[in-house]
Amino acid sequence: MSNIAYILVMAAVTYAVRVLPLTLIRKPIKNTFLKSFLYYVPYVTLAVMTFPAIIEATSSPISGIIAFIAGVIVAFFGGNIFTTAVVCCVAVFAAELVLPFI
Amino acid sequence: MKQENKKALFEGMHSGIPIGLGYFAVSFSLGIAAKNAGLSSLESFFASLMCNASAGEYAGFTIIAASAGLLQMAIVTLIVNARYMLMSCALSQKMSSDMKFWHRLLLGFYVTDEFFGIAIARPGKLNPFYSYGAVLVASPLWAIGTYLGTVAGNLLPLSLVSAFSVALYGMFLAIILPTARKDKKIAGIILVCFILSFIAQYWPLLDAVPDVTKTIILTVVISAAAALLFPRKEVAENE
Repeated sequence: MSNIAYILVMAAVTYAVRVLPLTLIRKPIKNTFLKSFLYYVPYVTLAVMTFPAIIEATSSPISGIIAFIAGVIVAFFGGNIFTTAVVCCVAVFAAELVLPFI
Repeated sequence: MKQENKKALFEGMHSGIPIGLGYFAVSFSLGIAAKNAGLSSLESFFASLMCNASAGEYAGFTIIAASAGLLQMAIVTLIVNARYMLMSCALSQKMSSDMKFWHRLLLGFYVTDEFFGIAIARPGKLNPFYSYGAVLVASPLWAIGTYLGTVAGNLLPLSLVSAFSVALYGMFLAIILPTARKDKKIAGIILVCFILSFIAQYWPLLDAVPDVTKTIILTVVISAAAALLFPRKEVAENE
């Protein structure tokens, strides 16, 4: 089977999953439970996706942990998206430069 | 273009820079996976251009590698990307009810973890041009990174790939933690998320459960529990 057919199916399903709620839900939801649920979803899903995945993303778990701690501190004290991302990258890069010599 | 839309576009482009860096690193390794699955560099480029989904594409490539059926491809894609449905539901509440239909159609193309995250982090209703700005900067890097990963394999030094790969997580932290500082309930919920996610990841009994499934289950369970324990009667318009 052609790879193109696979890719088209993959793209169509991915788009449907994303676009259906955006186009079907066009009014504010009134139900308190649903409203609260949707309010918490972003925080929960981003938190769940970040930890412990960040530890496994880097070549050594230690540099991942260092990046996590650095990111938490910078973000908690008001670092914006760009700053926090850069701090995490630099933390990993620096940690992996230094770690072999410890 | 209206002045406020132009401003939103430029702010979005600024937010798109770290996203693009992270995308480039992640998609580069995705390109290597595409190559191993038997895709040409052009095919992997178009797959990334049209899907914008890391885990979803990765899963799709394994289906291609296994020469499985198209129905299997559809089912796996649906399961792996199910979290986007939750995000889209949440994002729909961030859009003003008179937002033009074609904005919804276009934005639906780019509900990724990252574009969703920055859209939610903006106060007030979403200006679609903010998202377009980020998309313009970051999404070409996703497709180009996949292309280069397929062509050039392991040319990028490992130390750089390793460093870039945490950019996305740093961003996520910057999205959720400022609210945690102001709202102790959110702080507590995030802490619970970290702990449960850690247990779910390393508890040997759950080894067979794919990561994306864990993410979906944890998201639904924790968010529902939070909604029951701490219902928000008045979620203000600008939250």
